[in-house]
Amino acid sequence: MSETTTEAAPKRDSRNLLREIAESSTLLIILAIVASLLISGVLILIADPEFREALKYFFDRPADAFQEAISALSAAYGAIWQGAVYNTDGDDFAEKIKPFMQTLTMATPLLFAGLGIGIGFRAGLFNIGAQGQIIIGATLGAMVGFMWHMPFPWHMILAVIGCMLGGALWGFIPGILKAKTGAHEVITTIMLNYIALNLVSWLLSLEAFQREGSDNPQSPVMDETAMYPTLFGGQFQLHLGFILALLAAVFAWWLMERSTLGFQFRAVGANPSAARTAGMKVSTITILVMVVAGAFSGLAGSAQILGTQPSLTIGIAGSIGFDAITVALLGASRPLGTVLAAILFGGLKAAGPALQVQAGLPVDIVLVIQSLIVLFIAAPPLVRFIFRLPSPRIVKEVAA
Amino acid sequence: MKLELRGITKRFGDFTANDKIDLVVEPGTVHALLGENGAGKSTLMNTLFGLYDPDEGEILIDDNPVLFAGPGDAMAAGIAMVHQHFMLVHPFTVAENVMLGHEEYKGPFKLLDLDSARERVREISARFGFNVNPDAVIEDLPVGAQQRVEIIKALSQRAEVLILDEPTAVLTPQETDELLTIVKQLRDSGTAVVLITHKLREVKAIADKITVIRRGKVVGTAEPSASREELASLMVGRAVTMTVDKTPATPGDTVLSVDALSVVDDLGVTQLHNVSFEVKAGEILAIAGVQGNGQTELTEALLGAVKPAAGSATLDGKVITGLTIDEVLESGLGFVPEDRTEDGLVGTFTIANNLILDVYDRAPYSSKGVLKPKVVEEEAKKHVEQFDIRTPSVFLTAGSLSGGNQQKVVLARELSRPLKLLIASNPTRGLDVGSIEFVHKRIIQERDSGAAVIIVSAELDEVVALADRIAVMYHGEIVGIVPPDTDRDTLGLMMAGAHTEEDAA
Repeated sequence: MSETTTEAAPKRDSRNLLREIAESSTLLIILAIVASLLISGVLILIADPEFREALKYFFDRPADAFQEAISALSAAYGAIWQGAVYNTDGDDFAEKIKPFMQTLTMATPLLFAGLGIGIGFRAGLFNIGAQGQIIIGATLGAMVGFMWHMPFPWHMILAVIGCMLGGALWGFIPGILKAKTGAHEVITTIMLNYIALNLVSWLLSLEAFQREGSDNPQSPVMDETAMYPTLFGGQFQLHLGFILALLAAVFAWWLMERSTLGFQFRAVGANPSAARTAGMKVSTITILVMVVAGAFSGLAGSAQILGTQPSLTIGIAGSIGFDAITVALLGASRPLGTVLAAILFGGLKAAGPALQVQAGLPVDIVLVIQSLIVLFIAAPPLVRFIFRLPSPRIVKEVAA
Repeated sequence: MKLELRGITKRFGDFTANDKIDLVVEPGTVHALLGENGAGKSTLMNTLFGLYDPDEGEILIDDNPVLFAGPGDAMAAGIAMVHQHFMLVHPFTVAENVMLGHEEYKGPFKLLDLDSARERVREISARFGFNVNPDAVIEDLPVGAQQRVEIIKALSQRAEVLILDEPTAVLTPQETDELLTIVKQLRDSGTAVVLITHKLREVKAIADKITVIRRGKVVGTAEPSASREELASLMVGRAVTMTVDKTPATPGDTVLSVDALSVVDDLGVTQLHNVSFEVKAGEILAIAGVQGNGQTELTEALLGAVKPAAGSATLDGKVITGLTIDEVLESGLGFVPEDRTEDGLVGTFTIANNLILDVYDRAPYSSKGVLKPKVVEEEAKKHVEQFDIRTPSVFLTAGSLSGGNQQKVVLARELSRPLKLLIASNPTRGLDVGSIEFVHKRIIQERDSGAAVIIVSAELDEVVALADRIAVMYHGEIVGIVPPDTDRDTLGLMMAGAHTEEDAA
């Protein structure tokens, strides 16, 4: 008896903490974004050489420093706006909204993977393995894409299914390990990320995966019939994957809020003991959650391999698997929130080059903004302290 | 030392937990603080103890106002508290625990002076006849002895006011009697004792003065000579019947038969040994016993949550051991777990969702794997009405309800499907008198409608009130099955392991 109770206690605590972080309030999230933009503003100033120069004679001519500060900040935030939303310098309307199309393109894989990670969060699973799931998903999709040949849309549909299967498989492994042996998913998914990366690296060294006439580790180019068609013709990169990602968000909502399966996901995530006592099969649910989350990540892989990067390389997943964790956190693990968060992060990604070119700032500033947002969300008391918010009513619990 | 609270008010936001509470505790008396759960007793004591700052009012010791910044100040002033959940370090010895927080050192290397702590334990132990070995390790001691260690801890700090928070919740009837004797000794030696409780029997047995608190206010004081009904109605705010109305059982066919069931836990310890009994339709079998004597394992084995090492259970002709929990529930078992917040409810789920926690996949709540939110909501509203669940909305989280209302949610869910057998573990633990009355009534209704019922309870009052037959468990075995009119002393002895000849099974 004592065995089971002592074991259950710490598990419950980590789930509670996870849920707290994963289901932060909207206000907190918005404040976290504001706080991170403020702090990154300071960093932008420090990175700006003219401001640093003006700072040297600050006490003689303080106005100079302020002027430099304003121009540096407006250049930086202006570059983010122009790079991510609307390019006022564009020749025609298409040129002008190109940045926003790019934002949506960048948001697509983040949205797919973020949805899967969010489902995992709500089911009490901290799936760090989206990266590996994306890689394996993209690999299977790529194999369908360049090894098989058939007409559109069947080729594309099969390639998408391949991506989902690959991701689901890479989710199933940590799922069954957790269900059968209790191995913690954080550890197993991180390790599987490495395995996935090195597996692809080895595959790319095989003859079947080598592009003719190339020494670089990259696969042959995908058949055009397997690719997601672009939505508005060739001038934008935005492809069918984005529409699928929005549909996936609707599906994720339906799954979690309306299906009996999602009901079980949520119950197991919120209180596994009560779920078990109510007759739910907690270990089966754990496996299913990981498979579903993996399939979503596999779709993120499809947004890469069938969308923007039509050839398999070891860098196929970029840092999407990890950025998507941030997206899910920022979206409070809810589909709508995840859509908004993915677009925000897609925008930051899209703005990177403009920041460098227009404002002369390091692209890394985008990473800093992203990281700060997460940092603030993970530390709610810090945000409450900065904005002088009252603490939540923990007192009521004590009073009862 | 005389302790006085004058006009203490403590608010949490809009919620007033204590409203102008006056309380005078004279030395050498036992002052009972009687009230339902959530009435504000603990808030008051935490305020006194310096854990909360009162919004209004003052604390006076011997007529001088004092201000406590924390428990340390209160202890220094001679006030000690024995919490409901003991604050002891389990792997430490009694002496080490008594010294904890007040370490004394000796010698040039500032070594811990355990000898003086041991001496103090022996001295106090002898003075009150505690019989506690200073070198015993806490986790080896029974609960009653652990509580005595807490009292020794308090007395070793020369406490003149001792607050006991629900001290008998975890004790056997015999241990309770011993505790009451100890409290009398303390009183006679001049200590002021504040007894926080909702158990009327103890209050009547020992209190010199009774202050009743309801919804954060002092609603009256009473003499120990007041009847239980009087005290209960003061506590609840309306007339309460203390006995459960029920007609004699009319047992039908055997519904559950348990045959030589044994459970061995993960550590290889036998928690349930060779237990056999039967329960018939239309009767309540109460399982009495001090917590941790195999009751949990028995109910979990019947539910299918743990796999029995040997033996079997048959529900209405169908062997249920070996089935999954889902299948057992489907076979007609209603299960009210002993820990409702841990096993009975998902605190962050809405009341409506909690009401379908084990029927979500059945008609009418869902079809083909899709929930029907409208039906779920309508059914939830019906249940809230039928079971008198006090909530403004079925969409509030279950965690926001009071204990009594949470338990009603669990009951509403389990009793709303046709049952052959209801197993309810500690169905009224932590509930107020009003809710207890309601829960008991519903359980008897279920019996009268022909279900077999098993009640597991550590509360003798509850066992005696509900049972048609009483099975007493000790160390994983059923010591005996006796009729409900068996006297308390016999039951108490059986709970401590004594076998009885009047086995009526």
